[in-house]
Amino acid sequence: MSRAAASPPLVPPAKQEHDATLFGMGIFLASEFLLFGGLFTILVFYRIVHGHEVVEASKELHLWIGALNTVVLLTSSLAAALAAKSAKDGDQRLTQRLLLAAAALGAVFLVIKAGEYSLEYGDGMLPVPGGGGQLVEPLSRLFMNIYLVATGLHAVHLTIGIGLFVFTAFRIWHRSIRLPQDQLSIVVPTLYWHLVDIVWIFLYPALYLQR
Amino acid sequence: MPGLRALLPVYVALLALLATTLGASYLPLGGWSPVVSTAVALAKAALIAGFFMELRLEGAALRLAVFAGLFMCAILLVMSSVDPLTR
Repeated sequence: MSRAAASPPLVPPAKQEHDATLFGMGIFLASEFLLFGGLFTILVFYRIVHGHEVVEASKELHLWIGALNTVVLLTSSLAAALAAKSAKDGDQRLTQRLLLAAAALGAVFLVIKAGEYSLEYGDGMLPVPGGGGQLVEPLSRLFMNIYLVATGLHAVHLTIGIGLFVFTAFRIWHRSIRLPQDQLSIVVPTLYWHLVDIVWIFLYPALYLQR
Repeated sequence: MPGLRALLPVYVALLALLATTLGASYLPLGGWSPVVSTAVALAKAALIAGFFMELRLEGAALRLAVFAGLFMCAILLVMSSVDPLTR
């Protein structure tokens, strides 16, 4: 019996590779929970300690723009979930289109968010150089600081997600991803996308709906 | 489209929950308002994790990792709230 025949195969079984990849992704998602969980905890702490001021500051935000953006993001998540399903079915064309649709909705979110920032900047409510003229109360300035950091960090994550989806759609077109055998290359970016959606689901009430 | 029939009700439920949390924010709930909105957010996150991310179909390893993250977040949140709530 030769040595080569006795050694285990170098390519891991598909199931093992699948589970290991998703486990790694799960650990990454958990680390992201903690990153945004910290920001969420700060908002909860503010609300408990400075309830009145937080409610007043939150009322200044554009609640309906945030609601519209939530709808946009939920719709993009539906498209991403459908993309993962069609990848498992091996429909390359449909997967590609759904990924691009989700990415386009993500871009719509960013455009709306940019419009909202510029409205706040115009109102003197954004704590950036030249934009925070109306933030005379220290606590409302603090609230808007958290608002800017949390939504800004979320927007950075969303931008990365859009890049991932466009790149993945390109790889399907380029035939470096073949479905259904390479379905993990679709599933993993969509898991990230859903995470970004879930982060927004928690940030939206914590920032906009404090009453 | 594969899966649309299964996922559309989930999407509609998510929109309904968004309407719920928006509506609840106009009610005079006082200190309960953040509790209600966080509960609705948890329900939305559970729908997305279960049906969009299909965590309910995935292996124990992924679910364990995600659960560990949530558990740590819960510790962070509870421990940080105990002090200001009991002052």
